[in-house]
Amino acid sequence: MLESKGHPNRLGIWGWLGGGRWGAERYLYTLHRLTGLGLLAYFLMHILVTSTRAFGPERWKQAMDAVGGLPFKVGEYLVFLAFAFHAINGIRLAIIELGFGVGKPIEPVYPYRTSLDVQRPIAIGVLVLAAVLVVMGTLNFWVLE
Amino acid sequence: MTKPNFTEVNYRIRRFDPERDKAPHWETYRVPFAAGMTVLEGLWKVKELHSPTLAWRSSCRMGVCGSCGMLINGKPRLACNTQIAELESDTVVVAPLPNFDIVRDLVPELKPMFANHQELKPYVIRDDVQEREHPTNEFYQSAHELEQYLQFTYCIKCGCCMAACPTFATDPLYSGPMPLGQAQRYNSDTRDGGFKERKLVLVSEAGPWRCHYAGECSRVCPKGVDPAKAIQLMKRELVFDYLRLRKTKCPAKVAEKPTEVKRREGIPDAPPRTV
Amino acid sequence: MMRDQKLWTWHLAAGIVILVFLGMHMTIMHLNAVIALKGLNPAGGHPIDWANVVSRARSGFFMVTYVILLGAALFHGLYGLRNILFELDPARWLKRTISAVLLVGGLALFVVGTWAAVVARSL
Repeated sequence: MLESKGHPNRLGIWGWLGGGRWGAERYLYTLHRLTGLGLLAYFLMHILVTSTRAFGPERWKQAMDAVGGLPFKVGEYLVFLAFAFHAINGIRLAIIELGFGVGKPIEPVYPYRTSLDVQRPIAIGVLVLAAVLVVMGTLNFWVLE
Repeated sequence: MTKPNFTEVNYRIRRFDPERDKAPHWETYRVPFAAGMTVLEGLWKVKELHSPTLAWRSSCRMGVCGSCGMLINGKPRLACNTQIAELESDTVVVAPLPNFDIVRDLVPELKPMFANHQELKPYVIRDDVQEREHPTNEFYQSAHELEQYLQFTYCIKCGCCMAACPTFATDPLYSGPMPLGQAQRYNSDTRDGGFKERKLVLVSEAGPWRCHYAGECSRVCPKGVDPAKAIQLMKRELVFDYLRLRKTKCPAKVAEKPTEVKRREGIPDAPPRTV
Repeated sequence: MMRDQKLWTWHLAAGIVILVFLGMHMTIMHLNAVIALKGLNPAGGHPIDWANVVSRARSGFFMVTYVILLGAALFHGLYGLRNILFELDPARWLKRTISAVLLVGGLALFVVGTWAAVVARSL
């Protein structure tokens, strides 16, 4: 790595949060990271809590009672929302990062039509699908119980 | 954009003199405005009227050399390519490109970007050394093959994409959109046979793996190079290569001079050489 | 160093596996009232009532899919976390420590989860 002698000017984590005027895809990237971290935190606890079923119904009931309160229910709902976004956006990322849906190389003629414009319909489709899942989940969690 | 009706604009510039200042600071100057003025022209006015010590890089003033990349009103752009009117504000905020050390005022230290660029061997690599050292003729390349990489050749190495990239903001090991875009330009060039050599760098942390398609690089690119597209296409190639699904193509052959062709009747000879 | 090219490909593959299996899991757990599929919760009531838990635990299909989901999700999640932490440019020794901790922690949790799934079969 080349050593620079100037005044340091890396944006650091602010580059993740606010490097300039953003496009939609950058917000999707940040949200994807946040939901991933949230899901991971929940998941690690989830493994330990649900493994108690191996010890029989009493331990299971204890564990379920411990996580039965309203704050936990709200937390679970947030996990479901995070899953809805992360999974559906993940489909979009899997398609795009394998080079599909970004368009072919073209001669750039101003105003430029970049891969962002080509994948925009996929991004919108993703958000609509995620919204549908969110509505279904909200119904299930709070209305139909 | 509507024609602004002010006669003067404010220039809020991030100044830093390493010999005098401990840290960068903001200075504001007032500059006369005329329709059609670019940010670069405004900087010259600041230098002429207010601060002769203001330093920046610029050259062609027409958006082809890539020298004047700066952070203008929060977005990395070329100063010569940005009309003050399109900023839709009476204050032009100019700062050096982020993610590069500041040498002085608006001058970024671009050597790390060029070092990463060099690591990825941005030139045609072929096995036939004889042809490389003593070329006899052109290489065969169809128009369709040219189109596969032509877009990525428009890169002027201005560094705006590197300034916009969220990964490059934190991770110095990531090569950045420009070097990776240029590596893809050469990997897609049918005249090139250097995929294996570049792969040695691309499989590591310097490769495209830390790109998460935030797409900012393509949004700010002043030449429409679309490095984000190049990087996703590169990921596809490398994944297929890992899964052994990649088709290796021989580099383009040297064109052969046609020997069986007769000259048409009635075409006059060229005049004798005068030099 | 082949590592990142390989790991990223597996990360993507794991993501697709999770999409299928976690989708199933979420449907059973949190969309059971909206999508009343037959056989999802045979004992009726809540998906986490003991009767439902036991009927899934005893099923070979659920045991296998739980273990696959556990492995894929642990790899996908912990590799993602490793990516985020590495992008913050830690020192070399810290990078090695993070990799080791995540690997060991991940394996430990995988063992715990698989053990529970296997033992629960004989409930």
